[in-house]
Amino acid sequence: MNLIKLIIDGREVEAPAGSTILEAADNAGIDIPRLCHDPELTNMGACRLCVVEVEGNALLPASCVTPVTEGMVVQTESAAVIEARKMILDLMIADHPMDCLTCDKMGDCKLSEYAHRYGVKDTSFDGERHNYPLDESNPFILRDLNKCILCGACVRACEEMTGADNLSYLYRGYDRKATTAGDVDYIDSDCVFCGQCVAVCPTGALMEKPLVGLARRYEVERVRTTCPFCGTGCNFDLAVKDEKVVGVLSNPDSPVNGRSLCVKGRFGWDYIYSEERLKTPLIKKNGKFEPASWEEAYDLIASKLGAIKDKHGSEAFASLSSARCTNEENYLMQKFTRAVMGTNNVDHCART
Amino acid sequence: MTNPISDITNEAELMLLIGSNPTEAHPVIGYKMRQAARNGAKLVVCDPRHIDLVDEADHWIRQNHGTDIPLINGLMHIILKEGLEDKKFVEERTENFEELKAIVENYPPEKVSEMTGVPVDDLYAVARLYATTDKAMIFYTLGITEHICGTRNVMSLANLAMLTGHLGRPGTGVCPIRGQNNVQGACDMGALPNVYSGYQAVTSDEARAKHEDAWGRPLPGNLGLKIPEMFDAAVEGKLKAMYILGENPVLSDPNANHIKAGLENLEFLVVQELFLTETAVFADVILPGSSFAEKDGTFTNTERRVQRVREAIKPLAGKADWKIICDISGLMGYPMDYDSPKEIWDEMASLSPSLAGINYARIDEKGLQWPCPTLDHPGTPFLHAGKFTRGLGLFQPSDHIPPGEMPDEDYPYLLCTGRILQHYNVTTMYSPGIMEVWNKEIAEVNPVDAEKIGLQTGSRIKVTSRRGEVETEIQVTDRVLPGVIWMSFHYPDTPTNDITSHHLDPITGTGEYKVAAVKISKL
Repeated sequence: MNLIKLIIDGREVEAPAGSTILEAADNAGIDIPRLCHDPELTNMGACRLCVVEVEGNALLPASCVTPVTEGMVVQTESAAVIEARKMILDLMIADHPMDCLTCDKMGDCKLSEYAHRYGVKDTSFDGERHNYPLDESNPFILRDLNKCILCGACVRACEEMTGADNLSYLYRGYDRKATTAGDVDYIDSDCVFCGQCVAVCPTGALMEKPLVGLARRYEVERVRTTCPFCGTGCNFDLAVKDEKVVGVLSNPDSPVNGRSLCVKGRFGWDYIYSEERLKTPLIKKNGKFEPASWEEAYDLIASKLGAIKDKHGSEAFASLSSARCTNEENYLMQKFTRAVMGTNNVDHCART
Repeated sequence: MTNPISDITNEAELMLLIGSNPTEAHPVIGYKMRQAARNGAKLVVCDPRHIDLVDEADHWIRQNHGTDIPLINGLMHIILKEGLEDKKFVEERTENFEELKAIVENYPPEKVSEMTGVPVDDLYAVARLYATTDKAMIFYTLGITEHICGTRNVMSLANLAMLTGHLGRPGTGVCPIRGQNNVQGACDMGALPNVYSGYQAVTSDEARAKHEDAWGRPLPGNLGLKIPEMFDAAVEGKLKAMYILGENPVLSDPNANHIKAGLENLEFLVVQELFLTETAVFADVILPGSSFAEKDGTFTNTERRVQRVREAIKPLAGKADWKIICDISGLMGYPMDYDSPKEIWDEMASLSPSLAGINYARIDEKGLQWPCPTLDHPGTPFLHAGKFTRGLGLFQPSDHIPPGEMPDEDYPYLLCTGRILQHYNVTTMYSPGIMEVWNKEIAEVNPVDAEKIGLQTGSRIKVTSRRGEVETEIQVTDRVLPGVIWMSFHYPDTPTNDITSHHLDPITGTGEYKVAAVKISKL
């Protein structure tokens, strides 16, 4: 690999030829702020927050789209850079609701993180503000375009990660919008509700609706696990608050899927708390199920299975194990069937 | 899968997809295929139904339902006629080539075109493309296996891959995309009537002796019953008791009325479940199970990657599923004393050579793909490098085997079933969010038939087969061929498996969910 030497903030660093200044800085542990850049998406250079000063260049280039060159000297936090970033943030919040107190994304919002980092408290531009209606058309994604900073991450995620091509930019100038074809609500669009757009949104414009009003990101414990639906084996984090699952969040370290998920994995988890969940053992008495204690149910099972085995032999018993259960449960089920009941009559739905 | 999922975007130059609708049934894999196709990999979709990935495909082979063997034989015929087979691979790594040659000789393009409905030119184009592409992967799913000839379909695909040397290297292989989160693992763990964990045969004296020694009980050496045989035995009164853990055969198995008759006939039925399912209502005792969020343990995905499942909340009904099995076992005089699922895994791994190198510490971050025989083994992303498990790859050619029943005068339409994006078998019905948006069956009917019967999108119909009838709403769409109705099987209000075929693959016992003869009447 051809390595390029350059200097960032006075440090000599090396980066593979073809990488950007932003990537070189990331590799060196130097944090350049960015809103539109995402390592899984193509570079767009839209937000300009990642601008840096490059010796010999009168302009401040966006580091996410500027390739490194041999001997390049880069300043990531010079006075000119800081002034530019403040201005960019100032312009962004000129048309952004300052309702951070109640915003569900607070604590995980890149815009507020950078406004805090550069001390941008209020905008110096007093002008018209958008007042888009909320898109609450579906149970999964809450869309508040008033909080959109037009970074286009959602547009690229939809096209590049999922390939659904459901999002694009519409209109021009002040009216520019990242939205669906025909600017309709998500539910009326071709959205497949994979939620990749939500996973990459840096602000509160796109939110997992189940989490809204329940928990901010810093309040939840994240428990990484494996999806219970198809056989792809996607990983994600269950967001847990007060011993209750409140949502699913992408985990970029997932070996199979990165941050990509589908509608079932990201939003189908709420069956956990379905009111139809069984809460106690049930025993059928005179054709009707009646709640029973664990001991009562266990005793009945042990005595009945034991009696049937004694009377009719092991082959009168069969078990169905489960393609939905864990390996450990399946191992125990076949061990129980073979060692306790004495039969190889164990199967599961692999064939059906 | 012989090869890892990452090969789709990192290695494959050609993806040949047959009987698989990944953007709906395995969405993240489908999304990766779409990415790969858009980044220059060739895509061939073989499917009678216009699935989403057809729109990304270089070739769409729209074979008639139930004609996969003639299609694949036809491709091999062309490959052999044009000398495009991988002679070195065939010579060094396979056997029974002569029989293959003799059978596919009878599948010339014109005849195959007539049987499958695929234009001759398309057969040539796809045969040449697959044979001459260095890194070509085959993907299949239930469109291949859920046929009376499912096993023969799979063998035919294996023949095609071996004939062209597309095995044992990155970016090649024959990849079944497994349906359930842990269907791979349930097989690996020996939840099958013929094998212990790690596919050790119950008929092997050595494997049985090892397990008898480890478990301290004498073990049976005969093969157990497969699911369809279990329900036959229950109907006949030979099977008296069942213990069903986390399965709903009444809704998900074919010919549901036969399943119900079997369950009704049992003396005693235990069901361990999350919900009062269509199967659980037949139980004498129901034990409340746990969802994945309440579970500690592992799942194994379709690429044989063992990954952790971590308990986010305590079991809502109070007991973990593994603990319940242990408790019952203990009461029946066989104590199972495990502190945690980790201990269960370790016992299993100590008995299973192909999994012996995997433990919780090693899989914590990225999982591991078996075979992984030792603790310093890195896992096996792709199988069959240099050698097949049995040594030489055996060509097992087959002639055309038509579906168990085809449309006729009384039942003039062909019913094909499958999954839709928003639902997953029989769990998502309990998701309030998903059910708010997608809450009813919407069968697909071709415009030609819709006009004949007088149907519009939104019409309701009755669909009747020789085994039962269901009612459903329809949409009119040319996603399906004329003469075909396509339905999912997710909704209790439209229990499609009441009408699916009773025919089974004789080798695996898999139901022929993909072809049944039905009649349609407007409601």
